Amino acid sequence: MNMSTLETYNSIFAEIFQVKEEELNTDFNSDNVEKWDSVCQLSLVTNMEDTFDVMLDPEDIIGFKSYEIGKSILAKYDVEIS
Amino acid sequence: MELLKEKVCLVTGTSKGIGKSIAEAFAKEGAVVYANARTPKCLDDWAFELSNKNQGKVIPLYFDITDLKAARDAVMKIRSDEGRIDVLVNNAGMVTYEMIPMVQMETFKEMFEVNVVGAFNLLQIVSRLMTRQKSGSIINMASIVADRGAKGQVSYATTKGAIIALTKSAAKELAPNQIRVNAVAPGMVSTKRFVEVFENKFSDKINNIGMGRLADPQEIADLCVFLASDMSGYVTGQIIGIDGSTEL
Repeated sequence: MNMSTLETYNSIFAEIFQVKEEELNTDFNSDNVEKWDSVCQLSLVTNMEDTFDVMLDPEDIIGFKSYEIGKSILAKYDVEIS
Repeated sequence: MELLKEKVCLVTGTSKGIGKSIAEAFAKEGAVVYANARTPKCLDDWAFELSNKNQGKVIPLYFDITDLKAARDAVMKIRSDEGRIDVLVNNAGMVTYEMIPMVQMETFKEMFEVNVVGAFNLLQIVSRLMTRQKSGSIINMASIVADRGAKGQVSYATTKGAIIALTKSAAKELAPNQIRVNAVAPGMVSTKRFVEVFENKFSDKINNIGMGRLADPQEIADLCVFLASDMSGYVTGQIIGIDGSTEL
């Protein structure tokens, strides 16, 4: 069965941060998640890029700092997370 | 023996001169060469002919290296078509000859855009893909004038000095991912463009070349083949002069 883009997006977060998908919400960001460092962020972005076949601009890699912002960044590359 | 058999390579600035020779040498060694130029269709016949003549193939890829988005899209196309990229040759560049008072700031900035910003943009994008592969070779085009200096070439020498600095730092940062970054620093090369300038402006400089002749573009391409191949698997961070013992 094909996963929705939201399910795929969530599964990447869950794998990178080793959390349950239920924990992903609007407060899931670099300020609130202890494990969220630059290495984790780069790994997160690389996974998103490979999965959705896009390549983010440097400013978007730097800006990918929360679960919600990530969705809007991917939307810029025509990836609708829903 | 095909030193670059099935290696996926992107070579910029292949419509003439050294870049054209590099693309031809790579194709001869069995590579899949994505040959870049700005002007649409200008490489089509040449690429078709080369692909028929060699084991490797040549695929024209038209974009302006100063258009950062176009460059990214081009690299993404290579990734989509080939699944990887093994070699980047940052060859495209511009050169002018003028004394310091005659250097127009607009030209100076344009040269930086082409020779440095364009090259760095591609290195940044391509190295991200190479990092996933844990392999790759990036070859930048420097120049003897960056190290030795040359009258009437302050703009060009400045950009090539930046390329040398870029090469050394990128090599250190990318080495853990098995990505090699080197630069080639040619002396005077007998490209059509250079020969015209040489004959008109400084033909006496032939006496400055120990070997008494200009380099053939093929000789620069041969060095690039070596750096692109697994024969140079432990060579990184090097600026390799290829100048026939030239004194400036």
